Formats: sequence, C-alpha cells, structure tokens
Amino acid sequence: MTPDLELSLYVFVLATFLGFELIRRVSPLLHTPLMSLTNAISAIAVVGSILVAGEQKTDLSTVLGTLAVACSMINIVGGYLITYRMLRMFRKSGKDKT
Amino acid sequence: MIDQVIPLVYLAAAASFVLALKWLSAVNTARRGVIVGVAGMALAVCGTLLKPEIVSYRWIGAAFVVGTIIGVPMALMPMTAVPQRTALSHAFGALAAALVGTAEYYLRTPDIDRFTMGALTLEVLLGFLTFTASLMAFGKLQEILPTRPITYRNQNVMNLSLFGLAAGAGAYLVVRPENTWLFPAFGAMALVFGVLLIIPIGGADMPTVISLLNSYAGLSAAAMGFVLNNKLLIIAGALDGSSGFILSVIMCRAMNRSFTNVLFGAFGQVQAGAVAVEERRTVRSATPEEAAGILEAASLVIVVPGYGMAVAQAQHKVRELYDVMAKAGVEVKFAIHPVAGRMPGHMNVLLAEADIPYDKLAEMEEVNSEFPRADVALVIGANDVTNPAARHDRKSPIYGMPILDVDKARTVMVIKRSMNPGFAGIDNELYYMDRTLMVFGDAKAVVGGIVKELAGGAGR
Repeated sequence: MTPDLELSLYVFVLATFLGFELIRRVSPLLHTPLMSLTNAISAIAVVGSILVAGEQKTDLSTVLGTLAVACSMINIVGGYLITYRMLRMFRKSGKDKT
Repeated sequence: MIDQVIPLVYLAAAASFVLALKWLSAVNTARRGVIVGVAGMALAVCGTLLKPEIVSYRWIGAAFVVGTIIGVPMALMPMTAVPQRTALSHAFGALAAALVGTAEYYLRTPDIDRFTMGALTLEVLLGFLTFTASLMAFGKLQEILPTRPITYRNQNVMNLSLFGLAAGAGAYLVVRPENTWLFPAFGAMALVFGVLLIIPIGGADMPTVISLLNSYAGLSAAAMGFVLNNKLLIIAGALDGSSGFILSVIMCRAMNRSFTNVLFGAFGQVQAGAVAVEERRTVRSATPEEAAGILEAASLVIVVPGYGMAVAQAQHKVRELYDVMAKAGVEVKFAIHPVAGRMPGHMNVLLAEADIPYDKLAEMEEVNSEFPRADVALVIGANDVTNPAARHDRKSPIYGMPILDVDKARTVMVIKRSMNPGFAGIDNELYYMDRTLMVFGDAKAVVGGIVKELAGGAGR
C-alpha cells in the first residue's frame, strides 16, 4: 500500500465518522433540506468533471467530461437554491417570514 | 506557485462543507449552513479552474450555462414535488461520477494500478446503478410508472445473479484492466441492475430508497476521490455517504423493517389473503359541518398529516384550519411520523411552505404521550402510521412498526377519500372504533368545508 493510499483511507474513514456525528444531530424537522444540501455537496464531482473536460486529452474524455460538468452544475445550482428556499419557509410562531 | 495554493483552497472547501452540515442541525443556523456550503463549492470550482492542466474553458463554460439553465427551474419546483426532484438530482450526481470514471478508464488504461482500478470500478458501478435506480424512483414518485411493487417469479434470484455478474466483471477488470471490450458490458449491467433494483419497491418505501440512493451517489463521488487522489472529493463524498446511510437507517427503524426487507421484500403488494377475510363492519361517518362542531368544542387538537395531504395539495387549507382554530383558542399541534410522505422530512417542508410555525410540528416520540390528553386527533391522508394493529396484532404485516397513538385521543376524526386500504394493503382497525368519525371526501375540499363552517360559526 502506498503512503498516499493509506492517507486517503484514513481521510475517508475519519470523514465518514465525522459525517455520522454531524448528521445524527440534525433535527428530523430538517431532513428534507439536509438531503438536498448533501446532494448539492456531493456535486463536488464537478472537480473531477472539470479536469476531464478541460484537459481535452481525447474527444471521448472531453465529451464525457463536459456532460459530467453539466450534470454536476445542475445539482450545485439546483441543490443550494432549493435548500435555501426551503429553509426560508421555516418560521417560529408569532414571527413573520423573512 | 498556484500548485501550492490549490490544495489549501481545497482544504478550505472541505472545512466549509463540514461547517455547512454542522450549522444545518438547527433551524436558526441552517441558512448560514447553506451559505457556507455555497462558499465551499465556489472555492472548489475556482481552485479547479485555476489548475494548469486545464487547456480550454470553452466546453466547461458551455456546460456551466446548460447546467444552470436546467438547475434553476429544478430549484423552483413546488414543495409537493420535492421527493421526485430529489430523486432526479441523485440521478444527475451519480451520472456525473460514472461518466468521469468512464473517461478516466479510457484515458489511463492499461497503465492503471490495481487499487486505482478498484476504486474506479466501484465509482462506475455505483454511479451507473444509482443513475438508473434514481430515474426509476423519479418515475414512480411522479407516477409515470406504477407505484405498486412489480414482482415476478425468481425476481430476487435474477437480480442478485445480475449483480453478481456485474461484480464479477468488475473484479476481472481490476485484475486485467486492458480488456477494454468488457468495460461497456460492465457499465450496461450496472445500468440494468439499477432498474431491476427499484421495480419491486413500492411508493411508501421511497423514503428509505431515496436516502439509500443519496448515500450511493456520495460514495461514488468518494470513490472518484480515490481515483484522482483528491482528498476533497473523498471528504465530501464520505459526508454525503454517511448522511444518506443514517437517514435510511432512521427510515427503516421507523417502519420496523430491515434493509433487506425494504430492498427485496416487495412490501405493499395487494395481498390476496387480506382482501378475502374482509367482513362488513360499520363505520361512523360525519359531514364537515359535524366535524367543525366537534373541533370548535375541543381544547387540544392534534393533526396527523400523511401522504394523502400532499396528493390533495391540502396543506394551505390545513393552515387556514390552524389559523381559525388558533384564533378560537384551540391548541393545535401537528404529529409527524418519520416516514409520513415520500421522503424524510416531507411533511415538515409542506407545512412550513403553508406557513405553519415549525414549533407546532412535533415528532412521534414527543407527541405520543399527548394523545390521551387530546380532544380530537385529526388524521388527514395518513393511514398505516396510525393503525393500532401495529401494536398488538402479531399477524399484521406492520406489526412492531412504531405508530402515532391516535386511537388514544377522545375523538378520532379521519379525512379520507374512501374506505380503500392504505399502502400496506391492510385494513385499518382505527376506522371501526366507536370513537372514530370518518369524514369522506377530498382532503382539500373537506378541510375547506370545515374552515368555512368554523369561520362562519365564529360570527354567529
């Protein structure tokens, strides 16, 4: 096992545990916004997509990469926007919407 | 120089995502969470665009524009459509990961080491199967496809053998990545498996399935991180993967079912046996006017919304009902079962959209002790989550499922279209209790009628 890989595995395992701890604390009230937010965050695949699309090594990779950038962008724009929209709807008694 | 800065930018992006999830845990900080999440994504995108490997921005720019044009309308959909929208966005996320994995395979093969190839295989397998599975879930939620489970003989055996075959092909590719002919077949098998996986799953199990697909989409992004040796992708993917996993565990627990049962149990088929033993029992029915009279005299009313409320788009009428009753001095609470609706938290966003304060929405554990104190439990479009059989009838398919104890209220009022059984295909004994009043009709119309009566009554 290369040191790089070992480090990556550590990062993965620790991030998973951190995820468990963070998500457990989220109130069930917010489970739908939680899912749309994590969906937007998982659009981080845009990083790999941009690289494949921008390096332009072969026609195939450019086409696949461009499609992937578009798909990720849909989730980035749509995911954050709808999460924000949903959260704006939640208000406490006696308070108006802001 | 720039090469030394980019890893720091990625690190900041990863930290932003962690903060975003931390702040999302409570309503008063949640919006801050979204903003820091956006900042993290902006950092990640800008950092990547600055990389010297990128020789042309033309296609990336075009894809940004196309993605934005499709993404904005997807964010403006009505709240009732949120489950299908979420399924669709899982499809896009998974497809992106699968396409990048495919491109990387053809770019790197045959000089690809085993470990990288292993991660790439996982990325492509999870990506493609989540893509078609999410599209199928979308179809079922949008009711383009039948929402009842579709089963046929040897279904589970066939599905598992196909998965085994795909996994075998993946393993062979890890050992011998130079066999490029096998790769398209591998991808195709993953795509087909995604479709077959969702066919036997019914509508009411969608909360679990959507959460699981959320998890898969995250894991395939994390696998991409291993392929590209990028820690930011690993962290964001792992956060998403664990989030989806926890949500699906919560959903399974709320139904007292296991993952295996949800995925392979084909729950909610029309059960031939259950229909046969049907006996004619009497129910008491009431008109909206009579219902209004009872509600007016109550001091505590607990409303139990379900998927039927979403289908009838009755949430705004429910809010009017809440307003009238609150004005008349009636205490109104909403009892939310974790699996009410078609995705985790579905009822909460619908009621929040209708402007009902979130501190009136109570979770099952906290509200169940209050039912004996309630004058009226008003069930709007919920069925199986209120069936007392889950507590005592060992033969019932939903035995053991945690339910809302509506039967303990002084009066139970059920707004329902007809006496048809709910999703689990079983009769609800709640409807035959002496204290239960059935108000038949469309939820929106009935609630509207009650509101009109109550508002008129106040003026008399």
